[in-house]
Amino acid sequence: MGGYGDVKLLREDGLRLDGRKVDEMREVEIEAGILPAADGSAWVKHGLNVAVCAVYGPMEAHPRKIQRQDRAVIDVRYNMAPFSTSDRIRPGFNRRSREISKVTAEALESVVLVERYPRSKIRVEIEILAAEAGTRCVGITAAAVALADAGIPMRDLIVGVASGKIEDTVVLDLDKAEDNYGQADLPMGILPTTGEIAFLQMDGDLSVEEYNTCMDYNLKAAREIHVLMVDALKRRYAEKNGGEA
Amino acid sequence: MSGAKEGAELRLVTPGEAIGASTGVRAGTGTLIMGDNIIATRVGWIRENNGVTSVDPIHAAYMPRSGDLVIGVVESVRNNLWFADVNGPFNGLLPMSLAPWKVEFGAARQQMDIGDVMLARVQEVDEAHNIVLTMKGVGLRRLKEGIMSEISMNHISRLRGDGDSTLRTLKEVSDCRVIVAENGRVWVDGDADGITFMRAVLDLVRNEGHKATFNASLEALIDNRRNA
Repeated sequence: MGGYGDVKLLREDGLRLDGRKVDEMREVEIEAGILPAADGSAWVKHGLNVAVCAVYGPMEAHPRKIQRQDRAVIDVRYNMAPFSTSDRIRPGFNRRSREISKVTAEALESVVLVERYPRSKIRVEIEILAAEAGTRCVGITAAAVALADAGIPMRDLIVGVASGKIEDTVVLDLDKAEDNYGQADLPMGILPTTGEIAFLQMDGDLSVEEYNTCMDYNLKAAREIHVLMVDALKRRYAEKNGGEA
Repeated sequence: MSGAKEGAELRLVTPGEAIGASTGVRAGTGTLIMGDNIIATRVGWIRENNGVTSVDPIHAAYMPRSGDLVIGVVESVRNNLWFADVNGPFNGLLPMSLAPWKVEFGAARQQMDIGDVMLARVQEVDEAHNIVLTMKGVGLRRLKEGIMSEISMNHISRLRGDGDSTLRTLKEVSDCRVIVAENGRVWVDGDADGITFMRAVLDLVRNEGHKATFNASLEALIDNRRNA
């Protein structure tokens, strides 16, 4: 199989259409604490993806029926702005955003020490301002930084990364064309310190070897992004502390 | 906490970061033992005290403890109790029996309605985080005048200073009544001039409370006011 119809995703020289190597990530930039009204916030630019995340809480969970007596609930709202893609997106919740909100909440619940705040709610708002494939991963990364910024206790900073397959070649961090016309996509939420996986989805088919390669790529990328996340958090407070970190 | 400024030995950590080996030390607040390591669970500064390693978080929500003086805002009223927002994850409950007034059943609103501000003390917090407030005690009352403002939990000690010295100076200089509650809320009452000065002080705490230059900036503000 060679991609989708006559769409070529790999160049003659073995590089991808945007000039990246197969195991090369798009450029990532992270800022923490950008929204003054939120308890914690983050801005993440991953390639052409831009996500902003705001965290509020922990607060009393309303309505009461969503309360859990032994832990906090994480209420994630993932939303793509109408202008985030070339086709306008109808504003509001849809099936896709509902699914991503749910899986993101489950991924975050495994890292946040939710048992510290019984009966309460932590509100996580992820807004995708620009989309170029892999927005759920960018959303997870932004949420992790925003939660840390809000002072919510966590076991680790979860990182969202994806690998996939194009033209029978495993590649790291799919861009839009590779996502649309590629053969498989494997987004993951990784805890970089321990290498644990808190979130995994797979779209398409991968052999065991291919899966293992994807996994290696994702782990490597997660550790790279983790360094940037830590740097963003420390930079924010170093600035506040007169330069000393 | 405000321990941030003085020393090079302070280390800033982020969640998941290994602080050190877990042998021979106890894990304090903001930390977790994972395998052979103590890891941080919050962004903050490491503090080691009597064999206990903990992380002083830079930003944290208010967690009520019994005995805390808090400023609450009434969120809902029932026939014989009030629910107050105490700036924490759970609302506080003030039953009629712990209020300073004798009110008939169903007339709770006449004493305190939604949006009213109260100075109360946390009577008890149970394991399910139910908070009971009390207004029986010296000085506990409904706050009818003045302004209420919020500062970050970790800036409270900066505003108070050692043994409340900074707070005493501010009260004297501003000629205002100032209450700094444990839940990060500050109440100020006095003449317009004094309140304006205190607003400037609170803005300084919010924006520069973390900086090593905070004390110098505050002193400049105080000197300015004294010389005015």
